[in-house]
Formats: sequence, C-alpha cells, structure tokens
Amino acid sequence: MKLDAKVPQGDLATKWTTYRGSMPLVAPNNKRRLDVIVVGTGLAGASAAATMGELGYNVKCFTFHDSPRRAHSIAAQGGINAAKNYQNDGDSVYRLFYDTVKGGDYRSREANVHRLAEASVEIIDQAVAQGVPFAREYGGLLANRSFGGVQVSRTFYARGQTGQQLLLGAYQALSRQISNGNVKMYNRHEMLDLVKIDGKARGIIARNLLTGELERHAAHCVVLATGGYGNVFYLSTNAMGSNASAAWRVVKRGACFANPCYTQIHPTCIPQSGEYQSKLTLMSESLRNDGRVWVPKKKEDAVAIREGKKTGLDIPEEDRDYYLERRYPAFGNLVPRDVASRAAKVACDEGNGIVPTGKGVYLDFSSAIQRYGKSQAFSKGMPNADQKTITELGTKVIEEKYGNLFEMYEKITGENPYVMPMKIYPAVHYTMGGLWVDYHLETNVPGLFSLGEANFSDHGANRLGASALMQGLADGYFVIPYTIGTFLSKEIRTPSFDPDGPEFKQAEADVRNRLQNLLDIKGTQSVESFHRRLGKIMWEYCGMARNAEGLKKGRQLIKELREEFYKDLFVPGTQDEFNPELEKAARVADFIELGELFAVDALERNESCGGHFREEYKTEEGEALRRDEEYAYVAAWEWPDVNSEPILHKEELEFKDIELKTRSYK
Amino acid sequence: MALANMNLTLKVWRQSNNKAKGNFETHKVVANEHMSFLEMLDVLNEQLIQEQKTPVAFEHDCREGICGACSMVINGQPHGPQRGTTTCQLHMRQFKDGDTIVVEPFRAKAFPVIKDLVVDRSAFDRIIQSGGYISVNTGQAVDGNTLPIEKDLSSQAFDAATCIGCGACVAACPNASAMLFTSAKVSHLNLLPQGAIEAEQRVLSMVNQMDEEGFGMCSNVTACEAECPKEISVDNIARLNRQYIGASLKSDKMA
Repeated sequence: MKLDAKVPQGDLATKWTTYRGSMPLVAPNNKRRLDVIVVGTGLAGASAAATMGELGYNVKCFTFHDSPRRAHSIAAQGGINAAKNYQNDGDSVYRLFYDTVKGGDYRSREANVHRLAEASVEIIDQAVAQGVPFAREYGGLLANRSFGGVQVSRTFYARGQTGQQLLLGAYQALSRQISNGNVKMYNRHEMLDLVKIDGKARGIIARNLLTGELERHAAHCVVLATGGYGNVFYLSTNAMGSNASAAWRVVKRGACFANPCYTQIHPTCIPQSGEYQSKLTLMSESLRNDGRVWVPKKKEDAVAIREGKKTGLDIPEEDRDYYLERRYPAFGNLVPRDVASRAAKVACDEGNGIVPTGKGVYLDFSSAIQRYGKSQAFSKGMPNADQKTITELGTKVIEEKYGNLFEMYEKITGENPYVMPMKIYPAVHYTMGGLWVDYHLETNVPGLFSLGEANFSDHGANRLGASALMQGLADGYFVIPYTIGTFLSKEIRTPSFDPDGPEFKQAEADVRNRLQNLLDIKGTQSVESFHRRLGKIMWEYCGMARNAEGLKKGRQLIKELREEFYKDLFVPGTQDEFNPELEKAARVADFIELGELFAVDALERNESCGGHFREEYKTEEGEALRRDEEYAYVAAWEWPDVNSEPILHKEELEFKDIELKTRSYK
Repeated sequence: MALANMNLTLKVWRQSNNKAKGNFETHKVVANEHMSFLEMLDVLNEQLIQEQKTPVAFEHDCREGICGACSMVINGQPHGPQRGTTTCQLHMRQFKDGDTIVVEPFRAKAFPVIKDLVVDRSAFDRIIQSGGYISVNTGQAVDGNTLPIEKDLSSQAFDAATCIGCGACVAACPNASAMLFTSAKVSHLNLLPQGAIEAEQRVLSMVNQMDEEGFGMCSNVTACEAECPKEISVDNIARLNRQYIGASLKSDKMA
C-alpha cells in the first residue's frame, strides 16, 4: 500500500483556493440523495454535521452521550487562535502557519497547516454570527490574549469557557438542522464497527446504549470525529467517556493509525492527590500569561514544603527558581507545552518538587496581582495606595480574567490560589496522533473520513495552545464540506445501501460475538482496575520521557495485561440492557491494543520531537534532538490483526516553504 | 500526608428501568476528604463489582463541572450542599465522618428515570431545536469586528450562556419547571444583536416546546437559582416573561 497525501499542486498559499475552485461539485438535487454518517458531536463532528445538513446532504449523526452538547470539546478553557491581526502586532496567515509548523516540531504536513491558518479567520466570524459571546474590549470589539509558543496576541476567548461557548454554537447550528429534518440525530448510540462494501466505507454498526440493541446504519460515506486517545493513560484531562474505540475499530478494518506516540502532556494541571483519583483537571494555559512557574532553589526548602513545615509563601524571592524564565528568556513562562512540561519534570526529578509525591511545581500570581494592582491604583488616581489596596485591586483583575479557573482550583484542592501559589504538574491532555488522512481528510479506506483530534494531520509532534478548537472547527465547518464533495461527486449514481445486506449482517454478528466474549469471561477483576493498570504502564514507560529499553518492557507488560484481561475480567449484566460496565469493557479492550501500538511507534522513532522525548536523543542542554535526515516522516501503522506485527507505512514530509530548524525558545 | 478515613452510610436510589418500582439501598463506604463525590461512588461501585453485584448507574463525563452530565440529588439538594458546584466538583471535605448521605436521581415528569440515578433529559435538546439558535449557515458570516457589542451586554449574554444544561433547576423546582434553563437560553441569544431578528419567534417557540414536554409552571420559588451549579440568575426568567408577553401580543407571531 502506498500512502498518497493528495496535496494539490501549486504555491502553498494558493493550494486551497485552487482546490476549491477546481474540485468537482455535487448538484443540490443529488445532495439530497446522498447519505452521510457523522460519528461524534464535539466541535468537529457537530460543525461538520450541521454544515453538511445545510448543504442538503442526508446526514445521520451519532453520539454516545445523552446530548450532542456534552462532547468533551465543552471543557476546553483557554481559547481559539485566528490570524485576524486585530491587535496590529504583526500577525498573518503565514505567521500562524509558521508558528504551528514550528510548534509541532516540524512533523506536520505543510499544506494542511496552511489551510488551517487560512480557515482560522472565517471561524471567528462564523462563531460571532452564531452568538458566541467572545470577550470584548470596552469599545465593543473582540479581545485577544497570548498563548504559548507565539509572540503575538491572536487567541480569542470566552472567559475560561471558550470550548463550551464554541460547542454550544455548533450544537445550536446542529439543532437547527435536526429541527429542519436535514440531520437525524442518534443520542446514546455508540459506533462499534465500520461496514465496508467493495473496499469502501458504507456504514456502521451502532449500539443503542439504552436497550443494548445493535443497529445497522448505511450511508455513502462515513465521517469520524471521535476525539483523541488520551485516556489510554487512564489519568488524563479527558472526560471519563472519551475513548478511541471508533478510531480503533476502523484500524481493525484496514485504516492506518498515524504517529500514536505523539501525545501532549499539558504542563499546568492539578497534581494527583491519591490512588482513587479518576481524572486530572487542567488549569488553562492562559494562566501562564500572568502566572510565573517556580520551584525552591534549595532542596531543603522543597523538602520542608513537602513535609508541610513550610509553604510557598515562606520562600523569599531570591530563593525561588523561576526556571522557565531562567532557561527560556525569550518566551519565559509562555514556552510551548512540551517544553514547559519537560522543564517541570526536570525540576521535580532534581528533587525540588513541592507536593508530597514530589511531583508538583508552583504557578504563582503574586507578581501579576501586584502589577495589575499598581496600574489600577494609578488609573483610579491613587498613586500612593497602600499594599493592601494594591493587592485587593490586583486580585480583582485576576478574578475578572481567570475567576472560574481559580474557583475550580479551590473546589478541588481546598486552597485559595489568590493567596497561596497554585500547585501544578503536567498531565496527559491531547493526542496529536490519530487516523492517517490525506489532504481531503480521507483515510486510506475510501469513503472514510476523519476530523479534529481523531486525525493526525495538523499539529505534528506537539500542539500549540488554542489550536485544537481551531482545528476541530476548521475541519468541520470549512474543510470537510468541500472535500467530501470530491468523493461524493463520483457516487451520484450509487443508490442508497441496504443495511440488511450480507456485509452489514456479518459486521453486526462480529460485534455481538465480541461483546458476548467480554461478558463470558466471568473473572474477578473490574474493567476500571484493568484500565488503571494500563494507565500506569503507559505513564511509566511511554510517558514524558521514554527510552528503548523501557518501551520494550512496556510493550511486553501491555501484552501480558491483555492476556490477563481476557482471562479475568468481570462484566456484570447482559448485552441487551443499559450496561455502562460493558461499554467501558469494550473501550478498555481497544485501549489495551492501542497502547501496544503506541509503544511500538515510540520505539521505532529514534529521535526526540515535540511531545515524544526519547532520553537517548537530547542535546547537551537536555533539549529534544530531532533527526530530520531519518525521521521526517509520518509513521502510519496498519494493524488489522493484533496477533501479527504492525506494518509501518511512511509518508515523507516535505518542507518547501519552511526551513527545518532546531526549535529555540531561548 | 496521611488522610483520615471517613466512614459513610449511603442510601442510594436503585431502579432497574423506567417501568420498575425503585427503592433505596443502603451501603457502607470508606472515603477521604480529597475524593470527589463521584470518586466516592466509584469506590462503592468497585465494592459492588467485587461482590459480583450490579454497580450503581450514574451519569458523568467531564468531571470538571462543565459537561452537565451529572444528575443526582444529594441529601435533598440537586448537586449537593455546596453552592455553585456540580456533583463532580463536590468534594468529600463537605461531609463528615459518620454521615449518612441520601442519593437519588433528578425527579421530574419530563425527566423519566432510565436506571438508578440516570434520567432522560432529551426534552432540553428539543427545546433548543425549537428555536434556540441563530439561523446562519456556515459561510454567511461577515467579519467579526463589523458588529461591535457593548462589553457589559456581551458579558450579560455570557452569564446566561454559561448554563450547562444539567437540569438541576428542574429538579430543584417544586413544580419541575424548566423556566430557568429556557430563559437562560433565550436570554443568551435575545440579548445579542445577532439574535434580535428572531427574538420574538424564538421566545414563543421555546416556551411552547417547554410546555409540550410536560414541565411545570413557574411560580417564582427561585429554588432553581439557589441550586444552579452555574448560578444562573432568575432575572433571566423575568426577561423571558417580558419578551414572551410582548411577542404574544403581536398577532403575526405564532408559537
């Protein structure tokens, strides 16, 4: 199999325009006869289903949630990037493109990223028109803030709830299409298999989660917008239900999974506090606009803090190591996520962590409170205000900017972050890898498309802040509605498919057997306990720093876990009822396989890049050492049968517009 | 840092499906103060699975207070005792060692029980489908800054838009009214200039749909505001009422 990215010819800046001007179209009367299945209702899925409904396709849309609005895009906090240059600070489409390719450590596909940067501008306009209440200046115009890895202010935001507001916008657009009858919505339905006819994706098997009934749904093509696989680590900032099963099921049907080892460990999450913990909570990257990251310089101070004998407030300024500002003066606290996370790990590995487990650093707002307080006092005509007034005024500014995040922090930890510096540590947050797609967002299975976090294409080995929302919406609103036409224009004579055909019946029987196998094990251990153990193996051997030996061992441990899973799992109940444990069991079974491929990919990539840090490949200063000569490719894995070895297909990455350089944020 | 164990007695609502008769089941659980309420329920479920019994079904997803999935009443209060907090963000430090905690589903005719603590809230989706959107297709928008919006007005719309659609307002209301939810949704869009064009039709359709779903009438108890995890204001209900009356008096607008 040869992977063809199908990147259009011509100048990078005009590829997308040329493509749109020359692609085949589907006439409105034909659109009505073409069926499209969309799985997932996050930003990518909801926007895609709504837009294709508006265009006139017959859309069926699926979510395992009770409502499309609950998809995990809802939890995104910080913002969405767009190359509007409203701040007149030198931003442009090219600069957003450049920052994204560089931020991704030169492991993304140039043409896709440029298209993303172009679409970013339209997304903001669309969201405003839908009534998304973005933050505004006093003059009524849209406000911006900065995010990591860039030197302009291009991030649009809605307090700390940008994902919620954008998803509600997409959900409302989707709801409008549902009410018009253009989209048929299937809530509480989980896709459990892909159905192929003559090599093309022609439908899915979905389980009605309320009744357990398996349903056969046919269409001319299938679009997966099912999110990332961060929960392979068990503990992550993903929602409890976030899973990789739809994506993994299509891998079993021949789709390639690209770059699974590219995982984003987000630097600012609330540290783990105990064994029972079910998830980790993110504190938005936007906090690094004003928060300063530090650990004590002296080990004895760190020990005293860990033992509860001192707090951060007891450490004088000269004994604090603001290590990001020290190591990366040009970007300071706003270095990209992978760099900030590794730096936190280094600080803690050196013994300077400040929580009982040793795995935590401070994120401190006291300087910002003083700075804002002074400026507020001055503008209110109180240039000689006392310390208390300044602190009060400054606290108000911080509250206005990050109030909901500070409140969330206090609820979880029981500490007031306006007074005590926040304690944070990196946690798994986002996965850059995903289903391999070409420029059309089509996988190597014809008629099967993938959008948003579920695909691999735009973020390379590391995603910059505020670009996941951008990609999800770009794919859904502005890319797939065009590119799907290239496929469907050849299908206008294809009648609708019969969901009672043999391929559908076979796939349904496969699913039924797979679920029954899980129920029939009747062992002693819960799904949750296996998932937790998988997470520990992944974090230990495939986490923030990896090496060949550990990856080999990790793979072996995952294999053993898989064997034990199929021997000793206990799932209560039956297939034919509402059974959340069975749902989880099927998802964890897929995570175990995906985890193994993850280790294989990480071992194969003998270099460090972005979120993939191999201890054997680092510079003298401890930074990631890329090996462009050998590894400037996308690793797309074919693995239909876990009893054989995964097969690697390489897509060589070409950088025509950007010179490959060592990333420097110093 | 050693954490003291909390010994708790849980009285949990068990109901195998919508037709079955439910009852309270009593369980002992050992928790600690850093656990969230849902993590405490995870401990209970792990216990039940070890005994090869059916775990308690409850709805949850993001566990950071934003998806709106959690739907339980704790000691008589939707989302429990802490103000402005969803169940998933409620931590056990709000309870004491030795406490007995009663856990039941949101109860309302329009939210039928599916199993245990899981209820069907699809009525909310249908209220949105009846008009909770601005009719703009992808690609029809003008540049975002061509429409300046006063900061305070935008902020007011945001305060309404922050609703997570959990349904606590319905569960808190003695009439099981959905007025806080519906009014927050109407306010978010009707306050903004983008939403003004469809404002009258929107309020009429959404109120009509709310009534059809079988939610009760609002009698200004305001328990909804007190229990709302996002502290949505009942001012939105007043605004909805004004707009509804205004729109109803015009003969050309049909609900």
